Amino acid sequence: MIHPQLRRSLLYVPGNMPAMLQNIPIFSCDVCIIDLEDAVPRTEKDTARLLSRRFIEGYTQRNKEVYVRINGLDTPYFRDDLAQILPAMPDGIRLPKCEHPSHLRRIDDLLTEFEEYLGCEIGRFKVIASVESAQGIINVNETARASSRLVALGFSAEDYTANLQIDRPKTGEHLVVPRQLLLMACRAADIQAIDTVWADASDQEGFRRECEHIKVLGFDGKSLINPRQIDVLHEVLAPKPDEIDYALQVVDAIKGAREQGTGVVSLGGKMIDAPVVARAVRVLLSAKSLGLVDTDIDEQVIYGDADS
Amino acid sequence: MRINKKAQAGTMQSSDLIVFVEPADDLTIEIESTVQQQFGHLIETRIKQVLKRLSVEQCRIMISDRGALDYAIDARVEAALRRAN
Repeated sequence: MIHPQLRRSLLYVPGNMPAMLQNIPIFSCDVCIIDLEDAVPRTEKDTARLLSRRFIEGYTQRNKEVYVRINGLDTPYFRDDLAQILPAMPDGIRLPKCEHPSHLRRIDDLLTEFEEYLGCEIGRFKVIASVESAQGIINVNETARASSRLVALGFSAEDYTANLQIDRPKTGEHLVVPRQLLLMACRAADIQAIDTVWADASDQEGFRRECEHIKVLGFDGKSLINPRQIDVLHEVLAPKPDEIDYALQVVDAIKGAREQGTGVVSLGGKMIDAPVVARAVRVLLSAKSLGLVDTDIDEQVIYGDADS
Repeated sequence: MRINKKAQAGTMQSSDLIVFVEPADDLTIEIESTVQQQFGHLIETRIKQVLKRLSVEQCRIMISDRGALDYAIDARVEAALRRAN
């Protein structure tokens, strides 16, 4: 299984700032996450919910996914967040402080109740959950499999380092273990892995280095706090010309193989099977989003015929 | 909805507005806006729609607008009214 939905750039937008909310349609990120949690003071939660709801209701010509980061399940705010926001039909919820699989099961149950109440398809609302503590990393393998709504796990280094009572140097050597564990759990559960924010928006070079680092590790995307970070991230994650050429050859080869009734073929002496096709499709989807190719990727290329 | 006390919502930031609400015997709407000449009447219409939806018939409502779009006017007016309830 591969994930055709690109989620390279997930930009946080404060839910209480109209000047930012109304720019969501023109941001070039893959996902906007309207924030009702950390960006919103306690005294403004009520107006942030209303602003976010009214904005999402009016954003009918969607050109990107819209998630809403609700307040944590350990706060008195999350139920009102869901009650106000879900009728506006966001694509999903970003759940903070998801430190145990039971947290995901709880939000899954709540979303099901709202879907029944709103009369929409069960499973319509997706979830991206954030792992933010040592306990969360220890439980990450179970958490990654706790709900069929979960499309990705995000890592929050700010809260994680605070929990470990350590500083957060920009070099990232202290984040090797949690990043690798989260990434492996996501790959094993067949969901996407989203890296933490780069908090210093003025340090674009440091941000670029971190993007290059998480590309090598294999993360699908990164949470962002500033629109200026979007293009840098996309540029770093963009497939190189030789990667695109090879991906096009792979897709051609597997199409030819499927026409002959097989799912395996050799290309330049190397076996092309499902995982190689999946990687090629991801490369082409990313390239297409940047205007580097105009190849359409259909379901048959990705999965083959239903009976093949 | 009955307006029982003074309340406000919003900010003076660009694209936002501040809404002040207080109890009154009748309905009064006062608007101060950076786009008063072009859009003052539309802002008033929008405010009246929110008042009608929430069944508010008596209050004094004062708006200081910094170029807010309709969705922000809706949300800030509703927030101020609910806080004043």
